[in-house]
Order: sequence, then structure tokens, then C-alpha cells
Amino acid sequence: MTRITDTFQHLKSPAFIAFLVAGDPDLETSIQLAKHVIRAGVDILEIGMPFSDPVADGPTIQKANERALKSGMTPDILFDIVHELRKDTDIPIVLLTYYNIVFKRGIEKFYRHARDAGIDGILIVDMPYEESKDVVEIARTVGLNQIFLVSITTSTKRLKKIVSLASGFLYLISTTGVTGVRQELEHSVFELIHSVRKQSNLPLSIGFGISKPEHIKPLISEGANGVIVGSAIVHLIEQHLDNKKIMIDEVSRYISTMKKATGLLKDIKG
Amino acid sequence: MKKGRYGDYGGQFVPETLMCALEELEHAYGQFRKDHTSMDTLNRYLTDYAGRPTKLTYCENLSEMLKCNVFLKREDLLHGGAHKINNTLGQALLAKFMGKKRLIAETGAGQHGVATAIAGAVLGIPVDVYMGEVDIERQKLNVFRMELLGARVIPVRTGTRTLKDAINEAFRDWVTNVESTYYLIGSVVGPHPYPRIVRDFQSVIGSETREQIKKVSGRLPDVILACVGGGSNAIGMFYPFLNDKVRLIGVEAGGKGLETGEHGATLCVGSQGVLHGAMSYVLQDDYGQIMNTHSISAGLDYPGVGPEHSMLKDIGRVEYFAVTDHEVLEAFHLLSRKEGIIPALESAHAIAQVVKMADKFDKDDIVVINLSGRGDKDVGEVAQLGDSI
Ligand SMILES: Cc1ncc(COP(=O)(O)O)c(C=O)c1O
Repeated sequence: MTRITDTFQHLKSPAFIAFLVAGDPDLETSIQLAKHVIRAGVDILEIGMPFSDPVADGPTIQKANERALKSGMTPDILFDIVHELRKDTDIPIVLLTYYNIVFKRGIEKFYRHARDAGIDGILIVDMPYEESKDVVEIARTVGLNQIFLVSITTSTKRLKKIVSLASGFLYLISTTGVTGVRQELEHSVFELIHSVRKQSNLPLSIGFGISKPEHIKPLISEGANGVIVGSAIVHLIEQHLDNKKIMIDEVSRYISTMKKATGLLKDIKG
Repeated sequence: MKKGRYGDYGGQFVPETLMCALEELEHAYGQFRKDHTSMDTLNRYLTDYAGRPTKLTYCENLSEMLKCNVFLKREDLLHGGAHKINNTLGQALLAKFMGKKRLIAETGAGQHGVATAIAGAVLGIPVDVYMGEVDIERQKLNVFRMELLGARVIPVRTGTRTLKDAINEAFRDWVTNVESTYYLIGSVVGPHPYPRIVRDFQSVIGSETREQIKKVSGRLPDVILACVGGGSNAIGMFYPFLNDKVRLIGVEAGGKGLETGEHGATLCVGSQGVLHGAMSYVLQDDYGQIMNTHSISAGLDYPGVGPEHSMLKDIGRVEYFAVTDHEVLEAFHLLSRKEGIIPALESAHAIAQVVKMADKFDKDDIVVINLSGRGDKDVGEVAQLGDSI
């Protein structure tokens, strides 16, 4: 059993999952941010490996990728950061990356390095199940969860295939479009949760566009097992580039508020 | 072989949200090819509107100078000034066939943007074109043309602000508006089925050339050359000759020289990787980050290349060379003065390669160069450069 499976089994309330780009805004601050985010109570940390051409990302995360690459981010440094975080934490850490980064190193080598650093799962943004035979096999051998995306545009036929390959949890994309903060969540996300639930017992985490405590409540009442917040956090980083201390405080405070939103709901319901 | 693969290359490396759109596209394209009305309409537009077939011109002066028989396939004579319209008319009709309400496109030199704007205008579909800020600056004339044709040009300010980033933005738009929008990609790149679709629409270049050269010479050419950015004019020219004993040569952007790192010679010095939805050769660093490119011609300023070219290189069927900006400028002037034809800077790459290797040809050899576009869009840039290269 991986840390991810274990976490979803034992959590009393739905998981709050925070996303950071490794190396954003710079190497040192990035490590500090990750530590504080963990301390503020996230259940799972998602770390993004920056890529030069992040086609699935909106402007906020694009700029974070640019800052991180400028700061010299590489997979090796990312693995070092995770290794460092692992000294103090046992929460699951999921790596988000585009495929070329993995391919360039060699899938097997990359996955072993990731596992040795303390990473629990890998999500390759631009890898649909059709192309995933090798990575799924290697993930199994190495002992990592291969996380897959499910979109509101995913057909039932595709969904069945995805579900048969995925492990850890399913990452449901709340809307068509790229990453970025949205004011309202689209209603279609609720139908998505229902239709995926019919096909799979895996935990369902919802991401893309979630930024406010109010977003969380309906997702959880409709059966989400986790919520993923990325752009909203990265946006706070961007707003406080000139003052690292305030940046870290603001991010920590935001995480606590959002985490509370997932917990409170459970109390109300249960 | 896996779906949409060319050897190891090709495939569909896109976010899940786009997979339904690619499936829909593949299915619709199959129907479209079988639909006689659609095919007739396309052929009518290609002949009565775009100006096909294009001429195959024997270049007397150049032949005398280079001591071989040089022919130009005159894609520069097409409406819009480049081969791009073969593809945009085809795909825009396909988009209409699919009931899509809006076209988006990326453009580097602006030629694909112009060709998409033309197709959108005549077929009555609104067009948004993504174009890097750097390219907007160096291809101003084409920006104005696109706007005159009723298209909206959206400046791209991210990354290197050139073609690569324009494609990124087009993908982002497509992910967001996937139901209503057709992404009209401009070269044989991107996820399956795009490389196949664009090749099919561009193959008319090679098919015509085959008939024409047989008519005038009674045989096939010895050598055929074409410039390679994403590779659409080249594959369109090469594809009908792949099974023949004809030497095929693709010419890439050597920029300031391969040793300087400032170039766009993806097949010459790149390595296997994944960019814009497909496995192909790419220019990348040790960690898989895509590198910046440079070329005097915006249309070849791209760190990726079509998957089929990647395979053709590996199996040795097509040879790929690079020529420098300097050599290209000389070829640009040469063709203008010797033959009275101002070539696009992209196409001038193929001319430059012929000049460079002319001593290897026999006097009876038939050499066909695909003149993918005309140079009107480049005269400002060339005038500004003067003797600075
Ligand atoms: C005239 C001309 N030739 C060639 C190209 C390069 O594209 P491809 O390699 O797809 O033919 C362009 C691209 O803009 C162009 O405008």
C-alpha cells in the first residue's frame, strides 16, 4: 500500500491537496513554502516540475514555470527538495510533470529517482492512456502510483480504460480549459463526479479553478474525496514576490482556511 | 504499429481534455475523405480559387550557372503566396463539415495565418490567429493582411514569443473552447491525426510535380529539395516520390551556424523528444527543456519537426541539411536577379542548398526545388538587414 492509498483510507475528512511549482519563486523560498504548506495542514502535496512549454497551464502557472526555470530548476534539484521534505513529513507527495522531462531521462531511471527521493505518485499531464503502457508498467514495478486525468470531455469508453490503469486517485478536471482561478465552478463537474463514481472505487480528487472555501462544499457533498488547489496558491506567491516573509505567511494562512473548509464540512455532514 | 505512429514517432501526447476532440477529428476526417461532395468542393476551390495546378518552371539561367537542370515547383504562385493554402482550404472545409463555428491557428511567418484568414473569409468562418510578438514585429505586412481579411491576430507574449509559443497558446485556446472551435494547425506537426491530414492536403504538390516532370522530361527527377520548418511543404513534395529512386533532401534553418547553437536545425542536431503532442526530433537541453531557436525566416524558427520526417531521417530515406542565414540571403538575391522570382526566405533555404552542392550534380541531372512561397512578405526585413549578415 502506498502513502496515497493509505492517506485516503484513513482521512476523516476529504483530502486537501496543494500544488506548488518546484523552484518558484526561487530555490530557497520554494523549499520554505513547501515546508510551511505542509505545516499548515495539507493532506497531500503536489509538486510541479517546471517545463518550457506547459500547454495545459494558464498564465499564472506559466509564469511560475518561467520563474522556476530561471532559478535553475532541474529534476535532480526537485528530487533533492523532496528528499529534504521527507525528513519531516510523511504526507504523500505527487509529482506533476510534462512527458518530455521524463522521456529525456528515461522513464525507468526517472521513476526510480523519484521513488528514491520519496515521491509517491506521478501525473504526466500530456499522457493519455493510449500512450501510457510503458509508464504504467514501470510505475507498478517501481512502486509508484500512476495518476490519471479525467475530463468532462472524457467518454465512458475512455473512462473505463483510464480507470483500469490508474492507481492512487483519479484527478478530475473541473472544466474544459487550462489551469487558473475561476470565480464559479461549472455545474458539469458534479455530473462528472457521479459518472466516474459509477465506474471506479478510486478516490476522486477535483482540480482546476478551485480557489475559495465556497467551492469546496458542493464538491464534497457530491462525493469528492479530495480537492486540489494550484493557481490560487501560485497567485499569492506572484502577488508577494517582493516580500518572501509575507508571501509565506499569506500562503500558510490561505492553506489553513481552505483546509478548514474541507474539515468543517465533514463535521456538518457527519 | 500503434495508431498515428511513424516508427517511434508521432502519437498523441496531449492533455486528456483534448482526446475527445482528436477522436472526433479522426472520425470526421475519414468521413470527409469519403464524401464526394466535399472532395469536389475542395478540388474546385483549389483550382478556381487558389490557382492549382501550379507551374513547374525550368530555370534557364540558374541551370546554366549551376550546370544541371533546375526546375522550380511554383507554390509561390498560389493565392496567398505560399503552399499553406492547400492545407487551410482542406482543413477549413473539414471544420465546416464538422459543424465547427470558429477557426484558430498559429502562425510564424504569417503565411499560415494569412492562408487561414483567406479560407475563413471565403468559407464564412471567424478566424483567430495566435502569433508571437517577435514574429509580429518581423512580419508586419502579414499581420496587416490577416486583419484586412477579417481575422483577429492575438499577440503571444510568453516564452520565446515565436512560433513555438503561438502553438502553445493555440492549444490552450483549443482546450478551453474544444466543443465549438477547430484548431487548424499549419504544418505536419502536432498529435495524430494532424500530421496525416496536413500531409494528405499538401501531397498535391508532389503528385502534380510527378506528372509535370514526366511530361517535360519523360522521366522522374534525380533530386528534389524542399525547406523544412514543421515540414509540410517538404512532405507534400516528397510523399508521392518516397517509393521512387529519387534523392530527397530537406533543408533546415542553420541560422547563425550549427556550432553557435542559434539555429532551427531540429533534424540535423536535435534528439528524440515530445513537443506539441507528438514524439519527434526536438531541440532540447539535457533535462528535456525545449530550446530557443533562431532563423532569419520566421517560418523555420521552430524547435520541433514533423514525426514522419523524423522517421524518414532515421531510415535514411530523406537527407537533411542546414544552411545559414547568410547563405539564405545570398540565395534570395540570386533567384531574384537570375530568374526574376523573389522567393520567401523559407524557400530560399532550398535554393541555397542547391547552390552549395551544385558541383555534385551532373549536367543531365534534373533537380526540382519546391518554391514554397514568394518573398513579398520578406522584402522589408531583407532591406533592413542590408549587409549586416
Ligand atoms: C513559404 C513558406 N515555406 C515554408 C514554411 C515552413 O513550413 P513547412 O515546413 O511546414 O512547409 C513556411 C512557414 O511559415 C512558409 O511560409
